[in-house]
Amino acid sequence: MRTGNCGSGASVVVVGGGVTGLSTAWWLARSGVDVIVLEKGIVGWEASGRNGGGTTHFNSPLFHEEQRLWPMMDELLGYPTEYRRERITIALTEQELSFYAAWRVHGRRSGYQVSDLDPKQVLELVPFANEANLGGLHLHFGGHANPQRTTQAYAWALQDLGGRIFQHATVVGIEVTADRVVGVNTTRGRFGLDSLVIAAGPQTGLLLGQVGVYLPLGIARAEMIITEPAPAIPIGGVDGNGLYGRQTLRGNLAFGGGPHEWVKVHADAQSRPTSPLTRNIARRLAQLLPGTAQLRLVRSWAGLIENTPDGRPVLDRLQQPANLVVATMSSVGFGLSPAVGRAVRDLVLDGRCSFTNIDKFNLRRFADLPADWIESRGWLPPEPAPEVGQDQRSRGR
Amino acid sequence: MNRIRDRSAVDGKIVSPEEHAQVLIVGAGPAGLSAALESAAWGAKVLLIDENPIDPDLFGLDIPLYFGGRMTGSVRDRNRILERWFAAEPKFERALELGVDIRLGLTAWGLYANGPHMQALPVPMVGLADENRSWMCGFDKLILATGARDIALAFPGWDQPGVLGANGFRSLVERYSAFSGRRIVVFGSGPLAVSTALLARRNGIDVAAIVEVLDEAQSPASSLHELIGSDIPVLTRHTPLRAGQGADGADRLLLRDGTGKEVELSCDTICLAIGTAPAIELLNSAGGRTVPDARRGGHVPFLDGWATSIEHVFATGDCAALAANEDEAIEWGRQAARQALAQDWRGTPTGGADAWRYQAAWHEALTRQAEPPLIVCQCEAVTRADLLEVSAPRYLGQPTTRAMARNLSTLINDGPVNQDQIKRLTRAGMGVCQGRRCREQVAFTLSQAAHISPAEVPLAGFRPPVRPLPLRVIADWAEKPAMAAHWELWFGIRGQWAAYEDIGTEREFESFLGGG
Repeated sequence: MRTGNCGSGASVVVVGGGVTGLSTAWWLARSGVDVIVLEKGIVGWEASGRNGGGTTHFNSPLFHEEQRLWPMMDELLGYPTEYRRERITIALTEQELSFYAAWRVHGRRSGYQVSDLDPKQVLELVPFANEANLGGLHLHFGGHANPQRTTQAYAWALQDLGGRIFQHATVVGIEVTADRVVGVNTTRGRFGLDSLVIAAGPQTGLLLGQVGVYLPLGIARAEMIITEPAPAIPIGGVDGNGLYGRQTLRGNLAFGGGPHEWVKVHADAQSRPTSPLTRNIARRLAQLLPGTAQLRLVRSWAGLIENTPDGRPVLDRLQQPANLVVATMSSVGFGLSPAVGRAVRDLVLDGRCSFTNIDKFNLRRFADLPADWIESRGWLPPEPAPEVGQDQRSRGR
Repeated sequence: MNRIRDRSAVDGKIVSPEEHAQVLIVGAGPAGLSAALESAAWGAKVLLIDENPIDPDLFGLDIPLYFGGRMTGSVRDRNRILERWFAAEPKFERALELGVDIRLGLTAWGLYANGPHMQALPVPMVGLADENRSWMCGFDKLILATGARDIALAFPGWDQPGVLGANGFRSLVERYSAFSGRRIVVFGSGPLAVSTALLARRNGIDVAAIVEVLDEAQSPASSLHELIGSDIPVLTRHTPLRAGQGADGADRLLLRDGTGKEVELSCDTICLAIGTAPAIELLNSAGGRTVPDARRGGHVPFLDGWATSIEHVFATGDCAALAANEDEAIEWGRQAARQALAQDWRGTPTGGADAWRYQAAWHEALTRQAEPPLIVCQCEAVTRADLLEVSAPRYLGQPTTRAMARNLSTLINDGPVNQDQIKRLTRAGMGVCQGRRCREQVAFTLSQAAHISPAEVPLAGFRPPVRPLPLRVIADWAEKPAMAAHWELWFGIRGQWAAYEDIGTEREFESFLGGG
């Protein structure tokens, strides 16, 4: 049944078919748990399949586990993720040199190897790079993977373990009895459950609102661009000049960075538009890697991303309802996803993460947040431009 | 009230366009020119642009039309092409007299308008580019007259020079006077195929045959008589088997006739005149609403009169609905201009025959007998078998056992078919031609596999830039300082990158790490 009404139930229902929800469900299925994923569209359709593919978030307590797991993911999942190890950073300005110096300090503090690169070494490793670069770093850890392929890999691997995914199933109501969630109503029927995980990206706050839980989130749109294929760079994960990016295994250069736009999410609108920011990202890429300036830009794309007020995850099993786990990675979910899924599985089954401390990612920390927190940060959509000269213009219908 | 702003957000950083047009018209074909003349007659200041003569490097990429490598080196002489085109189209002269600003060789690569998930633009705008640089142009009214694209369908040997589309052929012959072939075979027998064959004859190009896979020719007897009176054979119930591979591309065509006998035709060019598709790239990439309407030619703009779903943006000519003839396109151009400027117009484009039914029948016939591997996406070397198996690209190595158990049927079982999903998984349509040569045939393959009509296969989205421009051209080299100020690698949220152990300590906000 592809789109029909097919409600049923499972021990655990996960709302959200992005990397966080799918990895969680996959880990649960690996533990023999009967699990269902409900996705309002197609798996990996939103930010999970549209991000930069970076896997280098060494500030996170989940990073060690992420680093342990990524090299095994192709084998564990049974499908290719295009994971590649290591990254290069390139500084074009003094300011950027000191910016990346902090990466060096923190990378080493976390126990990872970081080599300094002089400008010539940068050019040896990244032949297209700006000859006037001021040097860079070789991170002997982290890396990058293909977001679209990886998300689909989680979904298929989950199905291979008996997990079920219902696409085009939008949650319209959450049933709570006493202090427990007992079911989820969707456009494809009702699903009964013992535990519920909400990992629905930008929708997470709205869904929690349905059970009276407040999760503060700001939603923004970010953009990326991609070129036609270039000759292979040995280490394809490259950052610099205000951009993060990766060379795909096909050779395309996919880069992003720069201003985001806070948005009001329109549930019915499919569009994830890009703006003329494309030209500014293109300029920075052409400066960072002048050897690619003749390459043709073939696409731009955008995605919607949620952020908590401190920009850090909420991974928490709530007190009330007690069988509800919240999982948002606050705009940094893809790279950490192998470890996040395991952590959330632990929260569902055991109430606590078994392999690292994630206590600071509780939801309680926002209990005293002022009501106007979002206004006080300016996380609001741009104000509509004044209708200059509208009266002088002939109006269309 | 003084609003607090997130200084790393985009607010106010996308500045007003460098240029502004009262009426901007994209495409100087019959409809666009007609819209320009009409707008000028209403007293509007008009900017009329056309991407022709195109960057010579684009011919080899089959952008914007399917040129099939059959152009002479003279396409590099853009001045000669401009002079010829101007001389051949007296309306350019009239438009100039009426004060129309005509700029040729200018590409409109993006349309940007505020909508549900974007409010950052000060005004709606179009991205323009010449061979050296790009800039933005605002407009009071935008009339899209971007014409129609070629539809390509794969058959063995199609992925070599000498196989092209009807509009690409017409453009090379008429606009560029740079067609390098001598003897063509025309696929299809509808009005498009007939006009293609007649165009060839008028220009002294041999037409080896018109080929139709169906039992009957698809044109009225009257127009076929023009051909039958000549020495051009119309081969119905003939299925192309493959194009021969000569040193310079296609050198013959092998067919099977209705009795199963193989026939060989000598030719250097095979012209796919099975159909064209309204060029909706700009509108769709801006989030403009489209509807599947095979009678108008495929995925076409949702229209109210000639107004699209984006305020102040209109569509006319072949990009609104495939026009039956030039006179119709001219009339449509006039009406669109009238609606844009005076809200006085009649009608909305009507349709003709069901384009998809015919094209799908051809797709069926060409793929039924094709031996694998049949390349469907030339840029990314994706075969028909790869599509049916939903195979990951070959550079990812041998598929695992589990991956081999996945195919188009299992994917269709998991949810309604979606071309963008297939694109992500197989890379069909991801290449530098931006899916121009494969998008329709991938859609037909999906419709065939899922047993649904082509109209039920969601349109694979177009994304800006809708022409693949070099980074150095599309780059904003005159960026305003506000854009660079507080440019962050990611959101620039204070403390987002704090090391976990520092959270809640005095070191929490010490460092400000980005993250790749």
